[in-house]
Amino acid sequence: MSDPAFELIVGLEVHVQLQTQSKLFCGCSTKFGSEPNTQTCPLCTGMPGTLPVLNREALMLSIKTGIALNCEIARFSKWDRKNYFYPDLPKGYQISQFDLPICGPGYLEISDPKGEFKTKKIRLIRAHLEEDAGKSVHDEVSGSADTKIDLNRTGTPLLEIVSEPDIRSPQEAKAYLTELKLLLGYLNVSDCNMQEGSLRVDANVNLHIESNGEKIATPIVEVKNLNSFRAVERALQYESERQFSNWKSDGFTIDDRPKQTVGWNDSEQKTIPQREKEESADYRYFPDPDLVPVVIDGTTIDTIKDTMAELPSAIRNRLESEYQILPYDSDVMVNQGREFVEYFEAVAKESSEGKVASNWMQQNVLQIMKDREMGIEAFPIASHRLANLIKKLTAGELDNSRAKDVFQVLLEKDLDPAVVMKELGIEAVDDSALESICEELLAMNPQVVEDFQAGKKQAIGSLIGQAKKKNPNANPGKVRELLIAIIEKKL
Amino acid sequence: MDKKSIEHVAMLARLRLSDGEIESLESELNRILGYAEQLSELETDLVEPLAHPSDLTNALRDDLTRPSVPREEIQSNSPKSDGEFYLVPAVLGNANELKK
Ligand SMILES: [Zn+2]
Repeated sequence: MSDPAFELIVGLEVHVQLQTQSKLFCGCSTKFGSEPNTQTCPLCTGMPGTLPVLNREALMLSIKTGIALNCEIARFSKWDRKNYFYPDLPKGYQISQFDLPICGPGYLEISDPKGEFKTKKIRLIRAHLEEDAGKSVHDEVSGSADTKIDLNRTGTPLLEIVSEPDIRSPQEAKAYLTELKLLLGYLNVSDCNMQEGSLRVDANVNLHIESNGEKIATPIVEVKNLNSFRAVERALQYESERQFSNWKSDGFTIDDRPKQTVGWNDSEQKTIPQREKEESADYRYFPDPDLVPVVIDGTTIDTIKDTMAELPSAIRNRLESEYQILPYDSDVMVNQGREFVEYFEAVAKESSEGKVASNWMQQNVLQIMKDREMGIEAFPIASHRLANLIKKLTAGELDNSRAKDVFQVLLEKDLDPAVVMKELGIEAVDDSALESICEELLAMNPQVVEDFQAGKKQAIGSLIGQAKKKNPNANPGKVRELLIAIIEKKL
Repeated sequence: MDKKSIEHVAMLARLRLSDGEIESLESELNRILGYAEQLSELETDLVEPLAHPSDLTNALRDDLTRPSVPREEIQSNSPKSDGEFYLVPAVLGNANELKK
């Protein structure tokens, strides 16, 4: 009997560090990479007698994110203590939000420009603001028995964005995270640097198995330690296979086993059960008496809405309709960030050639950016210069390969394309001159004519090269057309 | 509140209690809980839940940094440090940082 069908069910919890200068409840800097324990004070090290005061900017960034994620913004929100013992949490509790988070239900739409899955809404349960913990460093190399603690990160504002279990494949998970990261970048809410821990992902995973007309859910596993989008994809793939084979051998369902926590081991490419701190899930949340509630009025929400720039999904749609480009193309460009899109639009508007501009952006411009490891802001060609080049190209004043020659020069010299064309001796060849070159070449190469007539169409390729040698401005496409026309006329 | 739940709460608070202490806590805690239990006699269906006893809301500060406390000074509060990090007994015996 073949294996029953099963479906992967995934919900993601994403922690995002907000881009503030100071911490959530004190004035210590949030700068990454400083000397350990140089950005702390009595408050963020949990000394008695201190009083936390909420960072206004962290609150505003949370509301902004909530609006962009189509969340209901709470008019009344409060702070709670999540109690647990861990050395990187000096107070013995984390200030978080339990029942009244700033952002309520919302959604993020994901789509796959390659069409591997249908456009869908991933529903969000909530997004709440909380403080980050410190960092534990386990120095195993030195053989030290101690764990080292750095509290610089303690108190950095974190927004935890929790999705419904609406994700059905590793590809969808990656698309969700990619879109979320892009959105947060466009909002200037977070730098989302995964290496520096600004964006951290936990996944809740199980399977729904169709067996004998019944739908069986396997035990839920929470995967932590997902440090890259690639790790998320691989961990989900791994868990999907592992849970299915486990179910086949032991038959355990969600009713037989509590949620288990595992860590993703990237070097071994597998999930490893984490030793559970006994009864660790008992956080005994209660309202934090040190912090007063937050009231957010409609005016505040409207003001934030009004100042928000256009978001990725809206930009994609606009680019597609304004410049007649494909979803795939708008996606590639929007994924490069706002500055890239702005540069494209400047070129497209100036040249009135949206499609050609889009191709040039994705091929030539992106290639140079990759080769030189630079962002679009450092790209050496001004947008109006590239627009002029594209205008000349579409007007037929030069062909694609000559346009690329000009492009190469523009990368080094701040000149107008017309000047560069002159320097390179590029000029349109008139048709009669081109025709006589073709006539001459065909007369000199009877073998090519014979081969072509015998059906070996590619034989004329060698003549195109020769034509370019005779006149570097000869347009290869035109030469090919002419050669074929002359041969066929002779038949 | 029975012996088992007292042991559980003690574990969460990282308190090591002797059997005698558990026994006396059992009657003490039950007396305290019984006292608080009187509140449940009140009709609260029509009462708005109170998030904070103060009427204040939105105590906010601008996002400005202030100098932190010098490391040497703040670390003098801790029993063990190496001049850079706080040192604590090895956690959980594995390298997986539990992220909350
Ligand atoms: Zn501080």
